[in-house]
Amino acid sequence: MKPATSNSAESPLSRRAGQGPSLPCVAGPRPAKQGVRAIADRWPLAFAASALVCATVRAADPTSVYRQMLADDNPAELAVARGQELWQTPRGPKHAALTACDLGQGPGVLAGAFAALPRYFADTGSVMDAESRLVHCMVTIQGFSRPELAATPFSELGEPQTDLEVLVAYVAAQSRGATIRVPQGVPQERDSYARGRDLFYRRAGPYDFSCATCHGADGLRIRLQQLANLTRSEGARSAFGHWPAYRVSQGAVRTMQWRLSDCVRQQRWPQLIFGSQAAIDLSTYLGVLAGGGTMDAPSLRR
Amino acid sequence: MADPMKIRAAMQAGRVEVKILMAHQEETGLRKGPDGELVPPHFISNVSVMHAGREVLRVQWGRAISKNPFLQFAFRGASRGDELTVTWIDNLGDSRTDRITIT
Repeated sequence: MKPATSNSAESPLSRRAGQGPSLPCVAGPRPAKQGVRAIADRWPLAFAASALVCATVRAADPTSVYRQMLADDNPAELAVARGQELWQTPRGPKHAALTACDLGQGPGVLAGAFAALPRYFADTGSVMDAESRLVHCMVTIQGFSRPELAATPFSELGEPQTDLEVLVAYVAAQSRGATIRVPQGVPQERDSYARGRDLFYRRAGPYDFSCATCHGADGLRIRLQQLANLTRSEGARSAFGHWPAYRVSQGAVRTMQWRLSDCVRQQRWPQLIFGSQAAIDLSTYLGVLAGGGTMDAPSLRR
Repeated sequence: MADPMKIRAAMQAGRVEVKILMAHQEETGLRKGPDGELVPPHFISNVSVMHAGREVLRVQWGRAISKNPFLQFAFRGASRGDELTVTWIDNLGDSRTDRITIT
């Protein structure tokens, strides 16, 4: 075996690419393997080139480059437009528009409302997130049936978006750029945060997983997806600030409760019930931790 | 009924940059539904962009177009304040027309 310095694959670039525990890069094979080294001797240029690709990808997170490329044409815009129509149109058995719906900033006030949810609502005596509050409004103002709304909150793959999904997209879009400030003013809100935090760290299920198992440290990933560290503000801000989001792989806008329930499914926990206290509390925990961050939803996700 | 398109058209260095986002399911006809049956093909087959009575873009598409397709192109010969008309027709005969003023 030749000394490493004489091998063209061992350029400073490729050495940098080989370091660190995170993303496996395009250069792939470690220079230490003899077979690879023999090929590298014959094809020095090819290896130098792949090492370069790897270094570039590392410099700018590939996912953020991908999001930037697609930012111009986020199909969530289509959901926002439909949500706006649903918000303003008189619908349901009571033939009323949602413009009287109070999302915490007063009836019909949408600007910044999403960035301050979940919060305590005196009229229901409970802490509610945007999704459960919208269901509440659709039931009390428009006369829709709560069991029906709660049975199918999210659209199936290949099906059109549900009314709730597009409404959430519209409401969230009115808080784009707003500072996240999930309130902790009353005891109910502080209790919600405390329960959410406990749930986040609670290990359970057949795999003995907690949320923190995957989201409790920097640099963890599932397959190639970087996972946010949701025990710190930076991670929570990027997570909370970007949901709801258009999932490219599903061709649909997905909401925070959908995100949480899919995490819980991957943990092999019992199904997270839509609108449940557990779902809202987890959202409160994330929202409080994300305080001071900026809302940029609906965003674009893989 | 088809949902509205999102269209932007802006003058940039003497050209009009047009960006169109269309709301469409785009089924290839190769996917199976929950019942195990093939979902019939449903895709935008033609797109036409008109400016002042002149067709500036004509598109023929097939089933290999993604859901909610995005189309971007540029052309010369228009100015601010002109109107653009975008029309798509799908293989089932459904269609949608939207207008926008160039900014």
